[in-house]
Amino acid sequence: MAAAHTDYYIPGPSHWPVVTSIAIFTMFVGGATTLNGAGIGPMILGAGFLLFLYVLFGWFGTVIGESESGIYNDHVDVSFRMGMMWFIFSEVMFFAAFFGALYYSRIYSVPWLGGEGSGAATNQFLWPDFVASWPLLQPPSDYGFSSFKETIGAWGVPFWNTLILLTSGGTVTWAHWGLQKGNRQQLVLGLVLTVLLGATFVTMQAMEYGHAYHELGLTLNSGIYGATFFLLTGFHGFHVTMGTVMLFVILMRSIKGHFTPKHHFAFEAVAWYWHFVDVVWIGLFIFVYWL
Amino acid sequence: MSEAASHHDDHHDHHPSGLMRWLTTTNHKDIGTLYLLLALVMFFIGGAMALVIRAELFQPGLQFVQPQFFNSMTTVHALVMIFGAVMPAWTGFANWMIPMMIGAPDMALPRLNNWSFWILPFAFTLLLSTVFMPGGAPAGGWTMYPPLVLQTGAAFPFLIFAVHFMGASSIAGAINVIVTVFNMRAPGMTLMKLPLFVWTWIITAFLLIASIPVLAGAVTMLLTDKFFGTSFFSAAGGGDPVMFQHIFWFFGHPEVYILILPAFGIISAIVPTFARKPLFGYSSMVYASAAIAFLSFIVWAHHMFTVGMPLAGELFFMYTTVLIAVPTGVKVFNWVATMWHSSMTFETPMLFALGFIVLFTIGGFSGLMLGVTPVDFQYHDTYFVVAHFHYVLVTGAVFSLIAATYFWLPKWTGHMYDEKLGKLHFWLSVISVNVLFFPQHFLGLAGMPRRIPDYSVQFADWNMISSIGAFVFGFSQLLFVVVIWKCVKGGEKATAQVWEGAHGLEWTLPSPPPYHSFETPPEPSTIEGGMR
Ligand SMILES: [Cu+2]
Repeated sequence: MAAAHTDYYIPGPSHWPVVTSIAIFTMFVGGATTLNGAGIGPMILGAGFLLFLYVLFGWFGTVIGESESGIYNDHVDVSFRMGMMWFIFSEVMFFAAFFGALYYSRIYSVPWLGGEGSGAATNQFLWPDFVASWPLLQPPSDYGFSSFKETIGAWGVPFWNTLILLTSGGTVTWAHWGLQKGNRQQLVLGLVLTVLLGATFVTMQAMEYGHAYHELGLTLNSGIYGATFFLLTGFHGFHVTMGTVMLFVILMRSIKGHFTPKHHFAFEAVAWYWHFVDVVWIGLFIFVYWL
Repeated sequence: MSEAASHHDDHHDHHPSGLMRWLTTTNHKDIGTLYLLLALVMFFIGGAMALVIRAELFQPGLQFVQPQFFNSMTTVHALVMIFGAVMPAWTGFANWMIPMMIGAPDMALPRLNNWSFWILPFAFTLLLSTVFMPGGAPAGGWTMYPPLVLQTGAAFPFLIFAVHFMGASSIAGAINVIVTVFNMRAPGMTLMKLPLFVWTWIITAFLLIASIPVLAGAVTMLLTDKFFGTSFFSAAGGGDPVMFQHIFWFFGHPEVYILILPAFGIISAIVPTFARKPLFGYSSMVYASAAIAFLSFIVWAHHMFTVGMPLAGELFFMYTTVLIAVPTGVKVFNWVATMWHSSMTFETPMLFALGFIVLFTIGGFSGLMLGVTPVDFQYHDTYFVVAHFHYVLVTGAVFSLIAATYFWLPKWTGHMYDEKLGKLHFWLSVISVNVLFFPQHFLGLAGMPRRIPDYSVQFADWNMISSIGAFVFGFSQLLFVVVIWKCVKGGEKATAQVWEGAHGLEWTLPSPPPYHSFETPPEPSTIEGGMR
C-alpha cells in the first residue's frame, strides 16, 4: 500500500467495456424475446453471444498483453487481487440466495403445508392429503407440478464427484507449487490434470441429470425439491464449466511461457475461483445430496 | 518505473474527442460526470412518472390514466429513482470525490469503472422499453412480489434482465470503490483519517456486494418459476410466495442503507465546513455507520409483519429494527453537537444539509413507528409508509445529493454557482416537499391504501394539497438544472479552497482539478484527518 502513485498503471481510453455492454444487452434482448416466444429471439441471442466471445478474446487479450509487457507492478497486482476476492464474495452471496431457498422450504414452507406449527389451517384448506417429507417426492398439488420416484443418492456419482473436485483442488495447488519453484513441467502437468478432472466432473454431472430426467422423473418441475436441486447444482455446474474454461486458458498461457514465479495473478485468481466452486460443492454435497 | 511512467505519459496524447471520449473514458472525473448526468436525467424521468401519479390522485375517481398504467407508473417510478437516480448519483460522487479525497491518481480499476457506468444506459433501455410493450410496463410494484409479478406481460423477462444488468453495474462499482480505498490511499492517509464520505461509501460498497447478488438470485427464481416450471414461490409445489419476500428484503433492507449511508458522509462533510468547527465524534460516526450496516442484515422482515410470521420472528425483527435508532441517533446527535457554539453561515449546501437533518429525522421517527409490530399492522400498505420512505429518500437521500452538488460544483467547474438562485431552489424545495409528503402521513393514518389510482372521497382534501406540493416540487427542480448549467458556463472564479471552512485533500487541488487527480501523492503533512 501507499507506494508512490506515479508507478500505478492507469489504462488509456478503451472501447472494450461499452462493446461488452452492447454484447450483453443483445443477449438479454435475444433471451427475453425468446422467452416471450418470438421466432427471431434465438438469432439475436446468438449474435449477442458471438459478440460477447469477441469481447472476451479482445478484452482479456489486451489485459494479458499488458501484463506480459510488464506494466502491472505490485501495486496494480494488489488491486487485481482485492477485486477478485470481492468478486468471489459476491458469487458466494449469489449461492447464498439459493441455499436460503433450500433451507426455508425444508424448515418452514414444506412442514407448514403439512400442517405443522401455525400451518394447521393451511394444510386443512389447501391440500388436506398432503404429507410433509424431505425429500419431497410428492408436491402438494399435481396441478402444474409432478412427483418423482427417488432422489439421486449421495454415495453414488455425487460422492465420486466430491472426490474428483477435492483432488482437482490438490492438483491446482501442486501446479501452483510448480510455478513458484519455476518448474514449468509440474505447472503444466498439474493444470492438465485439473482441467481433465473438471471436465470429468461436468460430464458426470450431465449424465446424472440425464438419469434424473429419464429414469427418476426428477425434473425442474418436480416441486420445490426439483427446483432447489437443479438450480443449486445447475449454477454450480455452470461455475465449474466456467472455471474449467478459465483453467484451460491458464494452461495455454503456461504452455506459451506466460507467468513468472513471482508474477502470476491470473493463475492465482483462477485457482481461488476453483477453490470457491470446490467449497460450494461441499455445501451442496452435504445439504442437497446427503442430509 | 520508467516503463510504467512512459506508458502513463503516452496515453495523454491520443484521447478521442466528442462522443468517443465519453464512451471509452477511463478517467474517474469523466466517469463521475457521466454517472451524475445519467442520475439527473433519470431523476426527471422518474419525477415525470411521479407527477403522473400525483395528477391522477389530484381528485378521487379516474381522471387521466388507466389503473394498469397507474400501477406501472408506481412500479417504474420506484425502480428508476432507486436504481437510476440515487444509486448512480452516489457512484458518480464516489468517482469524482474519492480519488481526490484519499490522494489517489484515479480509481483502482479504470476500465471496470467505465464498464460499470456503460452498463446503465443499456439496462435502463431494457427497463424503460417495457412501457411500450404489449401488456405494458411491470405493474406489480418495484418489490416484484409473486404471484402478482408473474402476471406481467411481455415486459417480464426484460424486467428481470434489467435488474440483473443493473446489479452487475452496482457490484462492479462497489468492488472498484473498496479496492480504491484500500489500495490507493496516499501515504499518511490512515483509515481513521479518511473523510466520512469515504468511510460511509466503503461500508455502502460492502452492503452492495453482499446484498445485490441475493436480489439477482431472487429474480432468477422468479424467471425460472415463470418460464421453466420451478416452484420456488408456489405453494402447490411446496414453495412459498412469502419466501420471495424474505429473500427480496434480505437485499431490500440493506438497499435502503445503500441509498442513505453516503448521505451521512455528505452531511458530515458539509456541516463542519459551514459551522467552521471540526466534526463532533468522528470515530463514533465510523462505528455507528458500521453498526447500522451490520444491523441492516438482520431486520429485513419488518417489511412483512402482516404476512403471517411466527411470533418469535415478529418480535426479533421488531427489536432489531428499533435498535437501529441508536446508531442513527448517534449521528444526528453528532451533527447537532458540531453546530453547537459554532459560527455558522447558511450557503445553499448548508441549507440543504440542515433540511436533511430535520426532515430525515422525521422520516427516521416514522420508521420507528412502522418498526413496532402491532402498530405496523395498522399502518402497513397505507400512505403512511409512502410518507415515511419519501421523507427518508427525498428529503434524505435526494436533499443530500443536491447539497453535495452545490458543495462541490465550484470545485468541479472552477466557478461559483448563483447563490441567489440556489437559495431560491432550497426554499421552494423545502416548502413544497413538505406540502407534498406531510399530508400523506394523515392520509395513511386515516387508512388510505397505497398503489391505487382511486380513493374514497374523505381523502380528497389532503390528496389535492399533496398533488399541488408535488407539482411545485417537481418544477422547482428545473431551477437546479438552471443553476448547474449557469455554473458550468461561467461565473465568479472559485478558489482552490472554495469555502472558508473547507478542509480535506480535495480542496488542496485547484478548481477545476487537473485531469489526473494526484499524479504524485500529497505531502503526508497536508493530510489533516477526517474530523476536519
Ligand atoms: Cu427495511
